[in-house]
Amino acid sequence: MTRSQALLGWIDERFPLTKLWKEHLAEYYAPKNFNFWYYFGSLALLVLVLQIVTGIFLTMNYKPDAAQAFGSVEYIMRDVPGGWIIRYMHSTGASMFFVVVYLHMFRALLYGSHRKPRELIWVLGVLIYLCLMAEAFFGYLLPWGQMSYWGAQVIVNLFGAVPIIGEDLAVWIRGDYVVSDATLNRFFAFHVIAIPLVLLGLVVAHIIALHETGSNNPDGIEIKKTKDANGRPLDGIPFHPYYTVKDMVGVVVFLAVFSFIIFFAPEMGGYFLEYNNFVPADPLKTPTHIAPVWYFTPFYAMLRAVPAMFGSQFPGVVVMGAAVVILFFLPWLDRSPVKSIRYRGAVYKAALALFVVSFVVLGWLGVKPTDFLGKTGGMDTAVILARLFTAVYFLFFLLMPWYSRIDRTRPEPKRLTH
Amino acid sequence: MTRLLLLILLLPLGAHAASEAPLDRAPIETTDTASIQRGAQVFVNYCLNCHSAQYMRYNRLTDVGLTEQQIENNLMFAASKVGDTMTVALPAKTAAQWFGVAPPDLTVIARSRGADWLYSYLRGFYRDDARTIGWNNTVFPNVGMPHVLWELQGQQVLEVTEHEGAHGKERVQTLELAQPGTMSPTEYDRLVADLVNYLVYMGEPARAQRMQMGYGVLLGLAVLFVLVYLLKKEYWKDIH
Repeated sequence: MTRSQALLGWIDERFPLTKLWKEHLAEYYAPKNFNFWYYFGSLALLVLVLQIVTGIFLTMNYKPDAAQAFGSVEYIMRDVPGGWIIRYMHSTGASMFFVVVYLHMFRALLYGSHRKPRELIWVLGVLIYLCLMAEAFFGYLLPWGQMSYWGAQVIVNLFGAVPIIGEDLAVWIRGDYVVSDATLNRFFAFHVIAIPLVLLGLVVAHIIALHETGSNNPDGIEIKKTKDANGRPLDGIPFHPYYTVKDMVGVVVFLAVFSFIIFFAPEMGGYFLEYNNFVPADPLKTPTHIAPVWYFTPFYAMLRAVPAMFGSQFPGVVVMGAAVVILFFLPWLDRSPVKSIRYRGAVYKAALALFVVSFVVLGWLGVKPTDFLGKTGGMDTAVILARLFTAVYFLFFLLMPWYSRIDRTRPEPKRLTH
Repeated sequence: MTRLLLLILLLPLGAHAASEAPLDRAPIETTDTASIQRGAQVFVNYCLNCHSAQYMRYNRLTDVGLTEQQIENNLMFAASKVGDTMTVALPAKTAAQWFGVAPPDLTVIARSRGADWLYSYLRGFYRDDARTIGWNNTVFPNVGMPHVLWELQGQQVLEVTEHEGAHGKERVQTLELAQPGTMSPTEYDRLVADLVNYLVYMGEPARAQRMQMGYGVLLGLAVLFVLVYLLKKEYWKDIH
């Protein structure tokens, strides 16, 4: 026995190192037919690590103080060695996190990854998505630019629309009557410690749950149903080394895209870093057009699509909240006998296509002012469109129990196809 | 309904149609350090009296090929140390009383406004006796800032003509040079372009380094891609 084996034995008697390695990597059997859509899980993990590491370095020079925040970001961009690259990695990482997570969630819709027995993986995933939204929202205030400030003001005011307790609730969140130094301090606390802690816990739970049920695949069938004499799935291959080397290819391609943005287009045409956010926050000057960052705009468009009722914006807030909450129920709304889009009929394919179109169009409408398309029949055309696509978004979920059942599916294969 | 459908189809085309006053493209070359140096000179002479650039250090200008000695001799009027940032003596409160609004800090102005806006704005001043400061601007109507560069450009006046267009009566604003300045229009445009080039540089001094590094990183990743792709192929050759 070599010295390193002896050391490993010593550790294994006290900590399940080898056991963990085998369960989660060397003897975790993943379906062998993963395609393009299966890169985004590991990429999300990569971006999470990037965000945490760059975030740690940013906190070393950032000042969560209304008088100094904007300047400290410029200090990082100019005077801290390598500061600009760390900052751009963090700001680009925030947007890329959502790109990767949206594609990861879309994969579930394609292949039915949220269906039995993986409902909890999906629910944990939606919780991660919620945390990510909170993390992005709190973090966006920190540069203390005009968009940071007024974006936070608008979102916190949404809580003010809650009947009866709304006003008090908004003050409680802000710690002041307007977004101020107190707000900045607490948002900093949430952004750098509270939410990341919850996020990490949820990510670990998400992966543990995944490794309990095993990964789904583009055919949407269970590889555990056909095993060899040793009890290994015939269509499964060990995650390590097969998927570790394959994911490395995905990582390099992702890093190329990521680097291209950081080095050649860090503002991404004003979508990743908004132009107005290079103006320091001014509580006395409301920008004429306030738009959240692109990853929130589909929900923002829904909020604006709902008319005020009884003099309150609350219905819009409810619709916006419902748009996220409804995701939790997805595993139970889908009644199709098959999981993968490969064996589903035209109805689900059309529904999914409509859903994607509605999400993209809502996202685009959310970036623009409501009057930018002129008027149709006395109403803002953009608002009419937003209402139409908000309805499509919700109908995708609400009608799913019906249309997923009547869809003409094809029989699933017994073994994986290529 | 047809109109809605048409709109959906044409949405991406109309995305940029709704902009305000048309802007001229700023003829700048961000790698032209001589132009940035000239722009810095204009900046410290004309802008830095009222506008600060409080996050920009004088000695950062070594980026564009100046020595600290050159910076101290030619560009530093207000500061005592070459490592100081570009602040102004004019208190914001006093400035607000003079101009109605405190002149904004210009360190990252190019990042919020964009080069084309700045280039058009600095060429868009015209005489307007209706205003107490005597000046107005086509790009930024009723701006609080007087035309600081008027001696160089001269005095422009605004001509408004109306003519029939595709959407009924259209108002067209043109600027005429009523009284020439010490510079010809070409020279003045060149000076403004240099100044804007400087403002763009100042907005993000790491820009040149960023691009340069970018090529190296992408090249490295391209090599790495070939390696990991071959590694993946090697491992996967027996998986069918």
